[in-house]
Amino acid sequence: MNGFPPTWRLVASQTRYQLVSFRRIPVAVFFTLGLPLIMLVLFNALFGSGTVDTPLGSWSASQFYTGGLAAFTAVSATFTNLANMVPIRRDEGVLKRWRGTPLPTWTYVAGFILSAVIIAVIGVVFMLLLGVVAYDLEIDAAKMPAAAVTFLVGVGSFAALGMGLASVVRSASSASAAANAIILPMAFVSNIFIPLEDPPRWIEVIGNIFPLKPFAQSFQDCFNPLVDAPAFDWGALALVAAWGAVGLAIALNRFSWEPSGSAPRARRSRRLAPAD
Amino acid sequence: MAVVDVIDLHKHYGPVPAVDGLSFRIEQGEVYALLGENGAGKSTTVEILEGHRTATSGTVDVLGTDPSRAGRDFRDRIGIVLQSSGVEAEFTVREVIELYGGAYRHPRPLDEVVGLVGLDEKVDARVGSLSGGQRRRIDLALGIVGRPELLFLDEPTTGFDPSARRRSWDLIEALGADGTTVLLTTHYLDEAEHLADRVGVLSKGRMIAEGSPDQLIGQVSGTVISFMLPDGVHPDDASAKLGDLLGVDVRLSGRLVEANVDLPTVAVHRVTGWALDEGHELESLSVARVSLEDVYLSLTDGDRP
Repeated sequence: MNGFPPTWRLVASQTRYQLVSFRRIPVAVFFTLGLPLIMLVLFNALFGSGTVDTPLGSWSASQFYTGGLAAFTAVSATFTNLANMVPIRRDEGVLKRWRGTPLPTWTYVAGFILSAVIIAVIGVVFMLLLGVVAYDLEIDAAKMPAAAVTFLVGVGSFAALGMGLASVVRSASSASAAANAIILPMAFVSNIFIPLEDPPRWIEVIGNIFPLKPFAQSFQDCFNPLVDAPAFDWGALALVAAWGAVGLAIALNRFSWEPSGSAPRARRSRRLAPAD
Repeated sequence: MAVVDVIDLHKHYGPVPAVDGLSFRIEQGEVYALLGENGAGKSTTVEILEGHRTATSGTVDVLGTDPSRAGRDFRDRIGIVLQSSGVEAEFTVREVIELYGGAYRHPRPLDEVVGLVGLDEKVDARVGSLSGGQRRRIDLALGIVGRPELLFLDEPTTGFDPSARRRSWDLIEALGADGTTVLLTTHYLDEAEHLADRVGVLSKGRMIAEGSPDQLIGQVSGTVISFMLPDGVHPDDASAKLGDLLGVDVRLSGRLVEANVDLPTVAVHRVTGWALDEGHELESLSVARVSLEDVYLSLTDGDRP
């Protein structure tokens, strides 16, 4: 016993604290959890609640995009959320303050990531519930193990990428811009918003190189009635995990607890100090 | 054993030396003030002692360990009040104190912390709704919540109104009386004079003087005589004329005349005699003990901190 509170309790209280903080920032709640649900409602309004007829049977159209939107929600909760919030806390000096306390720094990061994963779970569950209740989404229990594994690989990798991006941006305002500049075009080339039929080759290539499309598509496959159970797509998961490893490597090498430019600021004030 | 022992510390940012061969010790229970103008190297020094920065060269020992390698045990024994470090604005005062306190082995109870820093009335207010001075008191609260043996205070009262400053002084004095070792940086001379057992004066990364406020003050001639230059006397003539009269160098800032004298009775007699002969009235005439400010000015050739 070293006299400190047990580690599990520190991680739990850090996670809880990040969740409370998230809940108290309305704009974060809206963009992370609210907007994807609104998109599901809009998709249904736009594409109609019609059915898709195939040689194998007829299904509600929502069966073919709700899973992808749920995956996008998970990416918002992890990648976008962390890439936004971590630099904000760094700019505020909150990270630096925590580093001056006996809290093991990894537990602070763990609290951030676990809270993001919990938000992702909530977002995905809401999305699927809304699909089932309002839009005739059918869930096949035989594919749920694949959905769970795909979800975990995805949120882990996108959380790592979010921490990686948070480590290389200089300030909170550029972090928010960078995260959106990455994720919105990616969503378009990854068939999240509009299922592209016969897209240009280069769009397809870009979509297949980056991790959003493999993640969204393999998660969507777990709800696609034309894909047989158990619906594991190991190749896609390997690609997503590889991107996660890249994010992790960047975060481990570049993460900073200091507000941006704190050392140069000291230098500036030196230069401005009255000459002798 | 010294709580802080710094030997020949250097810190360079690129080619610029921020700290340039600094050595000093702080004993158990002392309140030690590092005094100096902006850019003198105070904050850099303190951040090295806290473990936030690494030294370019030199030996640093804080609580028996090298802070650049120190871990959790070390951080449990220190408290840090940085110059500008935010607190999560979405939380209440109670929540942040409990949250940060939860990281320490033996945190102070909430009531004790808010009582010490004077935030009793604001326990359930969101941090974001507090004034600047109240937020600074949260900084103090989070600095002392872990019952530190050594407390770092980097310009703790900058931006405070006079009454908030007095209250912070009371708190720092109470902590000092309680046996907590305090390292304080400030550019307020009265703050150092009031609080510190010993003062180190930094300039351009070097220690240019060190001692108790009384010792430092004792280095400079004992009494300051000052008054406003009468209207009839031209400032250009005043320095020479009054210098001759008093037998010491006279400082002139605007119309304020100041001189450090060894024999105040003689000096007052000469000055008032001269004023009576010439028919002047000396406004704001005062005779006072030398303050740390006079010492500082004499050390730094008039660069006010």
